[in-house]
Amino acid sequence: MHELSLSGAIVDTVERHADGRRVTVVNLRIGTLRQVVPDSLDFYFDFVSKDTVCEGARLEVEVVEAELRCQECGAERALASPPFTCRACGSSDVMVVAGNEFEVESIEIEEDACIART
Amino acid sequence: MHRTYVRVAEDVLDANTTIAHANRADFDRAGVAVVNLMSSPGAGKTTLLERTLRGFDAVRVGVLEGDIATTLDADRIALLDVPVTQINTDVKFGGECHLDANMVRSAIPAIPLDEIDLLLIENVGNLVCPAEFLVGEDHRVMVWSVTEGEDKPLKYPLMFRTCDLVLVNKIDLIPHLDVDLDRFHRHLDAVHPDVPRMLVSAKTGEGIDAWRDWLVHTSHREHQHPHEHAHA
Repeated sequence: MHELSLSGAIVDTVERHADGRRVTVVNLRIGTLRQVVPDSLDFYFDFVSKDTVCEGARLEVEVVEAELRCQECGAERALASPPFTCRACGSSDVMVVAGNEFEVESIEIEEDACIART
Repeated sequence: MHRTYVRVAEDVLDANTTIAHANRADFDRAGVAVVNLMSSPGAGKTTLLERTLRGFDAVRVGVLEGDIATTLDADRIALLDVPVTQINTDVKFGGECHLDANMVRSAIPAIPLDEIDLLLIENVGNLVCPAEFLVGEDHRVMVWSVTEGEDKPLKYPLMFRTCDLVLVNKIDLIPHLDVDLDRFHRHLDAVHPDVPRMLVSAKTGEGIDAWRDWLVHTSHREHQHPHEHAHA
């Protein structure tokens, strides 16, 4: 039921920015360190978005690879799997600089045809 | 009809984090240190609390119990004459498998904050979701028991990375198992290098004094220096 609650949070976030307009696409950035199953997210999003401006919207997920920065030697590296240590100097004093994202980057909305402005 | 792109750039869990900060502010104002205790179901959280709190008077403790259903855990803690409040996520919150900041906020009025110095929140048994949701705690402690498999840190890195302390429980069972504790420690260090850990047995009481000392130290430190740490 984890993706259910996350989907609800996505809808809440999007509704605030959609300002009543119909949403067609929700662009998400999800880091590889987050525990999200995209298929489950799609399923639950369809469910929770009914009767909201998000109904029928498509989720597009940009996967952000995890990256560490070593606080000792400054080296940066992509993290495919544990260990969370610096490959250059072996230090465990590392900071996760990418991979924890779970954000709505942007949305696409439908607007009525523009009234020509002069 | 035409399509417009709107930049949002907002963390999906922002709303929860905002409420968590509000909870933390309320707890700080009341001078209460808060520990979020997490684990898989059956790791021994409640039994550990019973063992820890029986006759423990160095610090005034309250407990907030989180379960999907039943008040079984709160009933057990109530027998120890410790103020305890139960949240059932299936009552108002759709049966969620974890506590979130909103649920904890809804329980605050029922917690006697002026009568306690330390609040222990026993989260819903689950190695996945509770790690994602801050609830207003100062510290996160997770319990791994020796029957669960040494590979769990590798399989559930977020849970093991997000905690400040790992309690290794049920060490009394080690002679009856094929568990390799060194391998567990290596796996834990791979995902959360050098995270503090304590070996305990809720059954025999081994290691409980050190855990109690940690709780006392944590409670006193929060009162002297609130807001000193943040969660990654």
